Amino acid sequence: MIYYAILFAFACFGAAIMMCLWRIITADGVGTRVLALDTMVINTIALLILYGLNLGTEVFFESAMIIAMLGFVSTVAYARFMLRGNIIE
Amino acid sequence: MGFIIELLIAFFLIVSGIFGVVGSYGMIKLKDPMSRLHAPTKATTLGVGGVLLASICHSVLIEEHLSLHELLITLFLFLTAPITALFIAKWHIHRHEKPSDLPDAGEDELWATHAVEQVEDVPDHSKS
Amino acid sequence: MIRLLHRIFPHPHLTLLLTIVWVLLANNMTLNSLVFGLILGIIIPFITQPYWPDRPKLRNWPMVVEYILVVLWDIVVANVTVARVILFKRDADRQPAWICVPLELRTPEAITVLAGTITMTPGTVSSDLSAQGHNLLVHCLDAPDPDAVRDQIKSRYERRLKEIFE
Repeated sequence: MIYYAILFAFACFGAAIMMCLWRIITADGVGTRVLALDTMVINTIALLILYGLNLGTEVFFESAMIIAMLGFVSTVAYARFMLRGNIIE
Repeated sequence: MGFIIELLIAFFLIVSGIFGVVGSYGMIKLKDPMSRLHAPTKATTLGVGGVLLASICHSVLIEEHLSLHELLITLFLFLTAPITALFIAKWHIHRHEKPSDLPDAGEDELWATHAVEQVEDVPDHSKS
Repeated sequence: MIRLLHRIFPHPHLTLLLTIVWVLLANNMTLNSLVFGLILGIIIPFITQPYWPDRPKLRNWPMVVEYILVVLWDIVVANVTVARVILFKRDADRQPAWICVPLELRTPEAITVLAGTITMTPGTVSSDLSAQGHNLLVHCLDAPDPDAVRDQIKSRYERRLKEIFE
């Protein structure tokens, strides 16, 4: 039963990433693109944890953590660039 | 007993999948950029949270060893998600909203983003 | 004696937090990782002491637990509400609104926690502070009655934070 639930969650988060990609392609502004990228990072974290759960290992925890940190830093850098025109003044 | 544990984990996984996909569907369906900002908070809270809860339950109840480091990811996301949302909201206010569009800021007269624009020379990227 | 303890542990909460985070990162509950976490938890606050000139005092520990539980429950409820709005409400019927929440909190830490809480409960996003930090600008996904949302934020979150921080 857990196997099918994991498959269902895989399908859901995969569809979520596809929707975010669609939003990145058709966005009407830079802000929406950055937002869609941020959502995609969050969905990717969920996918990685699911993959680890599926294989029964914990090695994907570190990669999920690193992706969470990189996603946060890159989103803040993008947003700051949009807001001020440069990142470090 | 094993059946109940499996049911619990499957329940968490399905709930998280549904909320993850609804959050991203909101990105597509909602029309104005400010409302789209509500989508990632849903994916962060119950979407990732449900997967992490399922992972914790799986390692504790089935593999029977204590593994709580998934909590760190939840903690990290709860700390960082408001910051990114605030930055994108400030960008939106800077770019699309005039002081007259927003509600009255009380005794301070202006919201911080607009007040900074009046004091400093913030570059205008609206033409790009 | 107490002053000596205060010199060694300038920031006991940070010591506790660092130890817990290290044990969670190492992911084994052995004495080994606990001791190393404690070493880190003692050294890091000691070195970074000058950067925390006036740290906030938490007054009401039962209230902290109550606040966390209230916020978690609200997150679940608000998720269901927002999912219903996104899935079943037509975009024309939705009423997005800007709300101005006048703040009674004055400490920066309390305002940060309040703004983070508002953002993490789906359906509301805190967008901006007023120039002197006396008001909070909140965007609502669907608010037929903006005053009710403001009153709920003030009575559920701000009242508890005021008891915790001030």
